[in-house]
Amino acid sequence: MNRVFWITLSLICAGYLLFWALMLGSTATFTSPADIWNVLLSREIRYATALSLTTCTLAALASVVLAVPIGYLMSRARFPGRSVVDAALDIPIVLPPMVVGLCLLIFFQTRFGNAIEQVIPFTYTVAGVVLAQFVIAAAFAIRTMRGVFDHLPSRPEDVAMTLGCTRWQAVWHVTLPAARRGMFAAGSVAWARSLGEFGPVLVFAGATRMKTEVLPTSVWLAWSVGELEQGVAVSILMIALSMAVLIGIRLTGERV
Amino acid sequence: MIRLENISWKAPGFALEEISFVVPANGYGVLMGRTGSGKTSLVEIICGLRRPASGRIILGERDVTRDPPNLRGIGYVPQDGALFSTMNVRDQIGFGLRIRREDPAAISRTVDALAAEMSISHLLDRKPAGLSGGEKQRVALARALSVKPAVLLMDEPLSSLDEETQTSLIDLLQRTQKGHHVTVLHVTHSRREADALATVRLQIDQGKVTTVPAARLS
Repeated sequence: MNRVFWITLSLICAGYLLFWALMLGSTATFTSPADIWNVLLSREIRYATALSLTTCTLAALASVVLAVPIGYLMSRARFPGRSVVDAALDIPIVLPPMVVGLCLLIFFQTRFGNAIEQVIPFTYTVAGVVLAQFVIAAAFAIRTMRGVFDHLPSRPEDVAMTLGCTRWQAVWHVTLPAARRGMFAAGSVAWARSLGEFGPVLVFAGATRMKTEVLPTSVWLAWSVGELEQGVAVSILMIALSMAVLIGIRLTGERV
Repeated sequence: MIRLENISWKAPGFALEEISFVVPANGYGVLMGRTGSGKTSLVEIICGLRRPASGRIILGERDVTRDPPNLRGIGYVPQDGALFSTMNVRDQIGFGLRIRREDPAAISRTVDALAAEMSISHLLDRKPAGLSGGEKQRVALARALSVKPAVLLMDEPLSSLDEETQTSLIDLLQRTQKGHHVTVLHVTHSRREADALATVRLQIDQGKVTTVPAARLS
């Protein structure tokens, strides 16, 4: 009976993975390599690829910078209202992406938002693409960093303080070096999330060719005018990039 | 000297009440008690990692009750050594001196001397991951001694070691305490460690610490 139990679970898992393999395989073989190459070398797609790689990297870096202190706080500190803060940090994860874009758009119409726009214009700009990617990606990076700090013992930090460190120094010299693979994993998760972010980017930054067009926008623009080959070619590029990130995270040994 | 005067501390479902004891200068205090009796919490209070609700902590001649851990002049050796996972043994031992911005040549001399004393000179370039339990504790002891503390606090430093390693480390602890003129508080379950090391024996039970009279030590 025990054997039947494990075989059943294995079949469910195999069925799910097979479904995914079939989907990815059919996408990959939908068009010829030469056609894919031609699409990827077109001026618009090269621009969208470069913009995606740049904005994802900036959003991921900003996410890690924010996720390290917040992840540490939520992992190590006990304070009143902690569970409320914990739930609030997950809001971007559960909110529909389009709604996040709409919230950004409305915020930058307020007096405070307008004041920010006077210094750095965000709405319908490249900076807006980064911000739209960042607000979602940061939530995933925070969740990852919290898990990283949960798994790191706090005792070495205590010892560092008895050796003469302030709390800042102990975290800087002892905890952060131990968390560096976790930071890479958090950055990779944020990068991958940013790469696939479509709704908030579309609503807040728009879908202007050669301006705010990122790879998911390219897929949508191609699909909306019936150029399925172009959409498939960009999708294959995004699948390859996502796979590379997944392998990178696995190589760090972190689970996200 | 380690002197605690009426130290009280509370956590949900647990309290330390009016704890007072003295370990004289250059004495070796051994604190015994059951699991969950508050031994580790008490060590953390002395380290400055937990703040007592009331009472005073005097280390040497100085009231350190309100001082942060980095200003207490203590050495701390936790149960598993708590080595810094990214540093090799040389950097671990020199860490406290580097934080104090001491001269690199002086740091190097101190590290070499402590490593020789702890018989870990051959491990200086190794990371903690490959070290045995006994080696880790020797490194943790050298690291704690590097900053020349007046007081050494050890939380079950030998509990995870085999009997042979325990014996060699008990000898090392005796030599270290005498050689470095430190006042020690050593937390343990082991009567054997207490018999071999204690000049002052303390018992913690139900949130209170009692000093075991010398007549009962033998």
